[in-house]
Amino acid sequence: MSRSDVLVDADWVEAHIGQPGYVIVEVDEDTSAYDNGHIPSAIKIDWKKDLQDPVRRDFVDRTGFEALLSERGISNDDTVILYGGNNNWFAAYAYWYFKLYGHQNVVLLDGGRKKWELDSRELSKDVPSRPKTDYTATEQDSSLRALRDEVIAAIGKRNLVDVRSPDEFAGRLLAPAHLPQEQAQRGGHIPTAKNVPWSKAANEDGTFKSDGDLTILYKDDAGVDFSKDTIAYCRIGERSAHTWFVLHEILGLPNVKNYDGSWTEYGSLVGVPIELGEGK
Amino acid sequence: MSSDGCGAPAGGVTITKDAAGKEAIVEGHVLRDGAPVATGYARLLGTGDEFVAEVPLGEDGGFRFFAAPGDWTLRVLAPGGVRAECAVSADIGQITTVEVAV
Repeated sequence: MSRSDVLVDADWVEAHIGQPGYVIVEVDEDTSAYDNGHIPSAIKIDWKKDLQDPVRRDFVDRTGFEALLSERGISNDDTVILYGGNNNWFAAYAYWYFKLYGHQNVVLLDGGRKKWELDSRELSKDVPSRPKTDYTATEQDSSLRALRDEVIAAIGKRNLVDVRSPDEFAGRLLAPAHLPQEQAQRGGHIPTAKNVPWSKAANEDGTFKSDGDLTILYKDDAGVDFSKDTIAYCRIGERSAHTWFVLHEILGLPNVKNYDGSWTEYGSLVGVPIELGEGK
Repeated sequence: MSSDGCGAPAGGVTITKDAAGKEAIVEGHVLRDGAPVATGYARLLGTGDEFVAEVPLGEDGGFRFFAAPGDWTLRVLAPGGVRAECAVSADIGQITTVEVAV
């Protein structure tokens, strides 16, 4: 994978609006943004209602994913163009999720909804109707997803990249600073993790930095060993999907996993080591 | 917005008037000629422009952050290359209000 295989710009997306074989999808946690205006012809996926199991803390299973995409009118051969708010956090999560279930033709709009809005490009309130399909997913690709025991075993052995803000990493905040802070879990980070906030990989307009700048950021500045396997985490796994996208899809590192349990799981586990303060 | 998500709702998470409690809240509105700027983004930055958080502006041009105590920079981005910024201080139990004209 390289940047040109996985990232598209707004001009490219505008040229593919309404084209057969291309489906534009806005993915957000708060879908009111879509309801107030979206890229013309785009459908929506709700990160929580559509992609998370309503009872257990886990994804919808393979059958559920097949039902979702079939109902939204996405077929196996379609190229899915993902974008969203929050600097593409949830769109990057959906990208990772689509790959996890074997959908190969998927790209991300560089800069997402923010760049589109700041460029004053057209937004529409029309909700398209797409005919149902008979989508077939694969089993989850376990090479892309880390679960908690694998994360604990990776301490001191693999790269652990904590992509939260420095205050969350140090244990001074328990959530991003746009959210209330009174949470149940402990603060801090996984021992040996490097703190490379997701935001350092993005420009102010939400687009990704250049390959050269990204390599300097992770390899040279943060000391991530590119010859080792890597696990990225944040609080719930969507900011770390953004970093997974950078490391695995843009820079093409072979063995990068996203730990979607992230700090809301790890910080609530009994008996696991936690480190406070700045990184060591 | 529930606590099991991480997304930033437009305008920031809604609170009640006396909700500062243990939070250090920075909130306000972005206005152009007295009218709210509803399309744009508010970013909270730390020392050296270190990114802290960002929310899309609400319909009333509003934004809200739950910061750590300290001094911050608030930067606003809006269509047309609009940028504005100002210094803000946050403290636990306080709501710091900022009005930004662009």
